[in-house]
Amino acid sequence: MAHIELKNVTKKFGGHTALAGLNLEIADGEFFVLLGETGAGKTTTLRLIAGLDKPTEGQVFIDGVDVAGWGAAERDVALVLQQYSLYPRYTVRENLEFPLKPKIRRLPDTEIKDRVARAARTLRIEHLLDRKTDRRSGGEMQRVSIGRAIVRKPRVFLMDEPLSALDAKLREALRTELKNIQMNLGQTFLFVTHDQIEAMSMGDKVGVLNHGRIVQTGTPHEIYNNPRDTYVASFVGSPPMNLVDGKLINDRAVMAPMNFELPLAGGAKAYWGLKTGGATDGRPLVFGIRPEDVYLESGAPVEAQVHDVENHGVEKIVTLRVGDTMLRATVPARTAVEIEQPVRFAWNPEKVMMFDKGSGVSLRHAG
Amino acid sequence: MTQIELRGIEKFFGAVQVIHNLSLAIADNEFIVLLGQSGCGKTTTLRAIAGLETIDQGDILIDGKAVQHLKAADRDIAMVFQSFSLYPHMTVFENIAFPLRATRMSGGEVDKAVREVARVLRITDLLDKKPSALSGGDMQRVAIGRALVRRPKAMLMDEPIGALDAKLREEMRAEIKRLHIKQGSTTIYVTHDQIEAMSLADRIVIMHEGFIQQVGSPDEVYSHPANLFVAQFVGSPVMNVAEAKVADQAGAASVTVGGAPAGFEFPRALLSKLNGHAADGLTLGIRPEGVLVRQDAAPGYMPVEAQIIEPLGSFDIVDLRVGSKMLRARTKAGYVSGPGEKVYARIDPEQAHFFDTASGKSLGVRL
Repeated sequence: MAHIELKNVTKKFGGHTALAGLNLEIADGEFFVLLGETGAGKTTTLRLIAGLDKPTEGQVFIDGVDVAGWGAAERDVALVLQQYSLYPRYTVRENLEFPLKPKIRRLPDTEIKDRVARAARTLRIEHLLDRKTDRRSGGEMQRVSIGRAIVRKPRVFLMDEPLSALDAKLREALRTELKNIQMNLGQTFLFVTHDQIEAMSMGDKVGVLNHGRIVQTGTPHEIYNNPRDTYVASFVGSPPMNLVDGKLINDRAVMAPMNFELPLAGGAKAYWGLKTGGATDGRPLVFGIRPEDVYLESGAPVEAQVHDVENHGVEKIVTLRVGDTMLRATVPARTAVEIEQPVRFAWNPEKVMMFDKGSGVSLRHAG
Repeated sequence: MTQIELRGIEKFFGAVQVIHNLSLAIADNEFIVLLGQSGCGKTTTLRAIAGLETIDQGDILIDGKAVQHLKAADRDIAMVFQSFSLYPHMTVFENIAFPLRATRMSGGEVDKAVREVARVLRITDLLDKKPSALSGGDMQRVAIGRALVRRPKAMLMDEPIGALDAKLREEMRAEIKRLHIKQGSTTIYVTHDQIEAMSLADRIVIMHEGFIQQVGSPDEVYSHPANLFVAQFVGSPVMNVAEAKVADQAGAASVTVGGAPAGFEFPRALLSKLNGHAADGLTLGIRPEGVLVRQDAAPGYMPVEAQIIEPLGSFDIVDLRVGSKMLRARTKAGYVSGPGEKVYARIDPEQAHFFDTASGKSLGVRL
């Protein structure tokens, strides 16, 4: 059980700044996902918490104690990596027992037996305990790696893309399993990934990391419905949010350069205008709308060409083309659309987001 | 006009049979996708059609003529691979023109043909560049251009966009589809990505362990999978499958999964359509969107407990405990508030599939 806090952490590798004044707080028992692209600083953050690296500036706290002087062993964290480092010649049981049998302070045998049995039950690998590890599938190997972390009863679990090497179907299954395990253990998990679906589906909280800074922290719902800026808006959600340049003119969204217009909800405009004083006529904005809030209807205000249709079985994602502007709409599977067919579309005016064109920051977050 | 027909193809690598009695008729202008995991025989099939691989048994007919004894060069078929295989010392123009240099085409005709293909692929401004100056997407456009310029009888593509990053893959997929509509050449396309298959194909051929599992339109394979393999290979999240018991209960059929105390209500017609199969060895398949969830009791709905909730932005996937089984349901975002919540579920009979557990074959029940 542990509460983790990073205060103003900067990490430089030579001339390269990996983390720039990072602030992060993870509550005890929370499943926290750090989401970012390659090079955003995810793994560096993990290594600083684990004590494998030292911050150039700033502090790391575990349960309120500054751990600058603590080595990796004293921090008592468990790391699970994408590449499972198991002993191939050992049985699964021997791999699970290994972390419990250090040369000094070895646990009593009954305790070891008990912990291994419980971890195996949690991970549903009891039937594999006496099998050799090198014959196991990728999913089973990753379960054993997680098991090796569980038996240690660490303060916190740090996971670095543990599902990324698995195939799609297995990843889907292990996602729920891992979330379930965390809920049952009630332990603090910090899970690092570049996959926004993993972040959304598993995290109690998600921290979006970009260029060594946390852009936004929130529940998956907050991140999805109220992204702080266009980076978060386009990173989270699949297909991503449509972002179109435009201006506010007479309470309507007028898109440049094609000059198509769509209405905005009066309430939304008033709210934003009030909060920022900035959603004024003529200010260059980026309008954001999720594909599920774009509708195809005859009689809708704007005409477009169907540019592409992606068939997901349960629904279709239609790419609409208006001049050079592309917009995606999620439509029910039974909607019949052909490529290059002219269609008309509208959006849900209640769901339109507005971002400042220059900074990319949402008008709801600014000021 | 190019029809391709495969009749009773068998192929061995040493003692290992990689293609089993494969027959398939491909119509003129059709876009066929061979879909399967690595090692299923899809690439071997494609290479056999191209003439890059011999076959041990059967006939390959192009426009009614057996070609299995012809060399690759004499089959008039173009192939595009995942690796671009462009000539690094030649310009884009020369790369595209290369297949025409061996023909008797005049310089003027070659120039015209290359420029036409470049226009279609939107790479006219790249014609003087060397491949090393191109992005991955542009390199693949050039490779496709080189295949198209000969106006071959058929285009064969082996994971042509598999090496590109996600965004570019989406763009290129749309382009390949649009190109096919415009040029209308018979195309056979190999992939392991089911979304790609669903989005591109007129018909999908799903392969597993050297056998064709099903041939059908994207909607057919999604809505009426021929067996458990297809059912779980196509669609994300994966279709729920569970062994089921069917009983006659007070004028309706009752389908029990996971040894739950009560069954899901189905129309009585299920009993006659199963035709005696009800007793044993029956597996129910239901996609997450076919598991209907409500917050209040209603006729036909069974009380269940929510376990894990995966928010995916525009919708949630909710795991529901039914006896010892977990059924995953697709709900509106935020519809079920948290783990442990009691909700009511039913299975939409129209979306239910029944399979023979032993053979995995669909029983073809449609309600």
